[in-house]
Amino acid sequence: MIYEHSRVGRRAMAQAPSEKVEMAGIPDAMLRASQPPLPEVSEMQAVRHFTRLSQKNFSIDTQFYPLGSCTMKYNPRACNTLASLPGMLSRHPLAPDTHSQGFMACLYELQDILKIVTGMHAVSLTPAAGAQGEFAGVAMIRAYHDARGDKERSEILVPDAAHGTNPASAVMCGYKAREIPTGSDGDIDIEALKSALGPQTAGIMLTNPSTVGVFERRIKEIAELVHAAGGLLYYDGANLNAILGKVRPGDMGFDVIHMNLHKTFSTPHGGGGPGAGPVGVSKRLEPYLPIPMVDFDGNDYRWLTEQDRPDSIGRLSAFAGNAGVLIRAYIYARLLGREGMHRVSEYSTLNANYLLKRLMEAGFDAAYPERRASHEFILTLKKQAKELGVNTMDFAKRLLDYGVHAPTTYFPLLVPECLLVEPTETEAKEDLDRFVEIMQTIKQEAESQPEMVKQAPHTMPVRRLDDVRAARELDLAWKPGA
Amino acid sequence: MSNTPTDRRYAKSHEWLKDEGDGNFTIGITDHAQGLLGDLVFVDLPEVGTVVEAGNDCAVVESVKAASDVYSPVTGEVIAVNEALDGAPETINDDAFGNGWMFKVKVADAVESDSLLDAAGYDALIAEEE
Repeated sequence: MIYEHSRVGRRAMAQAPSEKVEMAGIPDAMLRASQPPLPEVSEMQAVRHFTRLSQKNFSIDTQFYPLGSCTMKYNPRACNTLASLPGMLSRHPLAPDTHSQGFMACLYELQDILKIVTGMHAVSLTPAAGAQGEFAGVAMIRAYHDARGDKERSEILVPDAAHGTNPASAVMCGYKAREIPTGSDGDIDIEALKSALGPQTAGIMLTNPSTVGVFERRIKEIAELVHAAGGLLYYDGANLNAILGKVRPGDMGFDVIHMNLHKTFSTPHGGGGPGAGPVGVSKRLEPYLPIPMVDFDGNDYRWLTEQDRPDSIGRLSAFAGNAGVLIRAYIYARLLGREGMHRVSEYSTLNANYLLKRLMEAGFDAAYPERRASHEFILTLKKQAKELGVNTMDFAKRLLDYGVHAPTTYFPLLVPECLLVEPTETEAKEDLDRFVEIMQTIKQEAESQPEMVKQAPHTMPVRRLDDVRAARELDLAWKPGA
Repeated sequence: MSNTPTDRRYAKSHEWLKDEGDGNFTIGITDHAQGLLGDLVFVDLPEVGTVVEAGNDCAVVESVKAASDVYSPVTGEVIAVNEALDGAPETINDDAFGNGWMFKVKVADAVESDSLLDAAGYDALIAEEE
């Protein structure tokens, strides 16, 4: 904590305001009466503190990061450099359209690129992250049914393997989430789906490839069944990296999709930083897209607002959403081009299948051994947990000692002792081979000295945290000494 | 050797249901279920007076791995909850079939028994899942 370095009166004068700031025009009731509890440190102390923290961090810039379902791939520096050009970075969000034509042209073309990549009829870029994209998508499903006077539809179907945000988004939009089980082959249980469908079905939310790392093979049949019941299909774009340029959600029959530009399109995912969750829709949902969107009449770009789009579900973020993330995505897409997009999905799936095959040869069990992996796959360490008493979390912690970020553990919940591995397209074969060697070494350690593995990590700045005690005895101080 | 008590019945979703003989039933999760979840850190119980329906979720158990819904095996009114779990969720880990009980339900009609298992049936279910 930087507060631990704090001493009363210590300051960084070079960073202090040069004259007193006047608080004119703010009502008394809204002015704070006491000073906020800020750390008092010198500039050098602040620099050292945050540099040390960054050195403790695991990141894609320093380590292999196969965190399943998160697509922790390398994000080219060029995208960030170009998105940081002064014309992009310094543009005021209230600048008039006539002063923003270049910026708006980028967003307009990004809308078009995402339409082509996903096979959807129209795209709005404004949702600020994946979960907000989901909310926008389900809100549009609701608006569609409501506009038709079809108000009895009360349920959204969600597979049991789905990300937790799916049922949460459904509930936020006033629907009841109904769970559909996954079959032992990793596909959705079609018979359970059939019996769940009815006049109360507003739609279904699917991730394809699913969170268990396989492609839903009967998607056409699922689309027909749901549409026949009067429901709509929502595509969670969490795993879009696996299918870029290969197969399009629009062609699979989906009515609405959200994309996570902050994982698939060159913004680092995770850490709570800014994201972008654009939504794409089929023709019948087009009137409900969130605003603003960018329009082009052949000469000029302009914002589409409430006046142009009266049936829109409305605004979800200030101005155009997280514009910096959108610009990065645009640059990434332009740098890749059509062929590059194909290579993303080809190499991400090739890397995953290569890694899965080699780990199976090394004696690890795949959760779905009969299935070809998508861009990620699941190992189940049930055998190791049972026979050696060394579970998935122990393997994950020991991986840190070898300089690898652990894959996702214990998600999806339906696979016991689950390790979800996503190598991404940006790792070289040598890095994948090294991961296999490390996993083999840990397996041997688990057999010869299980207690050592169970106490890992041994070389990290902090040892194994007592997460049970941390969760039971919450310590949520918001200010020092509280 | 099975530790599954024979004085109660079991749901496939790993809850146990014990007939207290006075129209009231005690409900908890099984020892197998707590083992799968791992160390529990939070338990969310229904409120007394709530009417719970058989097969519907009515409580949540949260471990460091996962949060999981608990489904009521019967329909009825909640007449008591195990408030001791609030500060000590680990009681379920230590004694799932005893002090780790979760809530009691007053059942108006006969228990919907068809989908519930006896101890032997539940042991067979666990063996099959493994």
